Amino acid sequence: MLCQECQQRPATLHFTKIINGEKNEFHICEHCAREKGEMIPGTSGGFSIHNLLSGFLDFDMSGKTQSGGAAQSQQLHCEECGMTYAQFRKIGRFGCSSCYKYFDGKIDPLLKRVHGGTVHVGKVPKRGGADLQIQREIDKLKQELQERIEKQEFETAAQLRDRIRELELQRSQR
Amino acid sequence: MSDFAFTENALSTWMRGEGRDSDIVISSRVRIARNLRSLPFPLVASEEQAEQVRQTVIGAAEQASEALGPLQPVRLDELSEVDRQVLVEKHLVSPALANESQEAAVVLSADESLSIMVNEEDHLRIQCLYPGFQVKEAWERATSVDDVLEAYIDYAFDDRRGYLTSCPTNVGTGLRASVMIHLPALVMTHQIGRVLNAVSQVGLTVRGIYGEGSEAQGNLFQISNQITLGQSEKEIVDNLEGIVGQIIEYERQARSRLVSESKIRLYDRVMRSYGILTHAAIMDGKEAAQRLSDVRLGVDLGWIDGLPMTLLNELTILTQPNFLQKTFGATMNTSEKDMYRAQLIRDKLVKSKE
Repeated sequence: MLCQECQQRPATLHFTKIINGEKNEFHICEHCAREKGEMIPGTSGGFSIHNLLSGFLDFDMSGKTQSGGAAQSQQLHCEECGMTYAQFRKIGRFGCSSCYKYFDGKIDPLLKRVHGGTVHVGKVPKRGGADLQIQREIDKLKQELQERIEKQEFETAAQLRDRIRELELQRSQR
Repeated sequence: MSDFAFTENALSTWMRGEGRDSDIVISSRVRIARNLRSLPFPLVASEEQAEQVRQTVIGAAEQASEALGPLQPVRLDELSEVDRQVLVEKHLVSPALANESQEAAVVLSADESLSIMVNEEDHLRIQCLYPGFQVKEAWERATSVDDVLEAYIDYAFDDRRGYLTSCPTNVGTGLRASVMIHLPALVMTHQIGRVLNAVSQVGLTVRGIYGEGSEAQGNLFQISNQITLGQSEKEIVDNLEGIVGQIIEYERQARSRLVSESKIRLYDRVMRSYGILTHAAIMDGKEAAQRLSDVRLGVDLGWIDGLPMTLLNELTILTQPNFLQKTFGATMNTSEKDMYRAQLIRDKLVKSKE
């Protein structure tokens, strides 16, 4: 069986993921697994929620006991508070809000595993968040516009188009 | 600090109110995690930085009190050990804030329905407590408090990740909504395992009544959302309300089945517990929780008259170890506590009948 990701190398890892009751089977090669940052028990370099959870219990700021797979990311650190990625892996908590920026490329698999999603869709602070609120409104209206056009409801579609223009103008004037 | 009002009464004023389905849902709680943009999280903050956080938040709360009503800031290091633990037993602060945090403080409203923890795992934990099944109401209050504080505090927020928190399990909305729910019939009919298992499949978790790692006591469970990122606050609250609504139905069904199929045995159990609570001279915490659960069920089923539910809620908190110490003064060992606990329950239950 070929790896379902690259279709080139033979699939050597076979596992089943159950997230929120949804079952998915995966057949991938080790290379792609590492690239995707998949959690595979017993392989090096996999980012495992178990590491993270054990980090809650075994509080250790020294970061000395990291496994070989973590060595390459040892250099990665937050320039704001100095926390290294290896420390974060061990403790399971960020040191400051900038850690999210410095570890950004690494945390998607973790967030996906914990939450199922990686992007915030909830409340936005009124102060400083106004642009984002407008953008979200525009995105929503555009989606609705598409639906109306498909249903050939052109009158409503025209109203939506005008509203979108209005919002885009509003945004550019800010 | 003997004149510290927040640890004098076991029952917060808000607990005296009525809520929906209060025969099964004791209380609803919402907490939102927020952090200051410019300072490191409490995990790595220096003492000076932690102090800066405390001053900023307390300052903001003072300015916000016009909109939010009077708020009292309390520094935890100024309280006695017993007072600190009593705040935990009343759910006004978390065990982590009372035991592990530096420069820890809490800002409380007079009726104790609002508590803002400072320097817990995150800089701010805004918590709102409501009686009965009122998750939506608790969320609305919490978000309005958040709106007011936001005018004075620059929050750590990211367009993509939302509100940034120390632990990745809280990022996004920072919202943890939960209910404390009494499920004796599901426990007695051995259905609880199945129910709790199903709950965990739909993104919710079950904990004991004192949060993470604590054991379920007296058939009381705390059910909360697990996911904070990728769902809106409304979705999170609706999801929790929907699932808890179903659990309430299951519990009601289990109760009526128990009553129709083994009424005399259930009646015996309830009345036996009532008899023991009103006569026993030694009562450990675990037994008290279990017996009080039986009596609560008896009141719900109309078998025990004239016992207000608020009294049972009060007893649940009064019989916690630190509250006992607070009530009776002296430092006591476990067996003395068991005696005092029995005495206190006896007195309270008998007095309510007079």
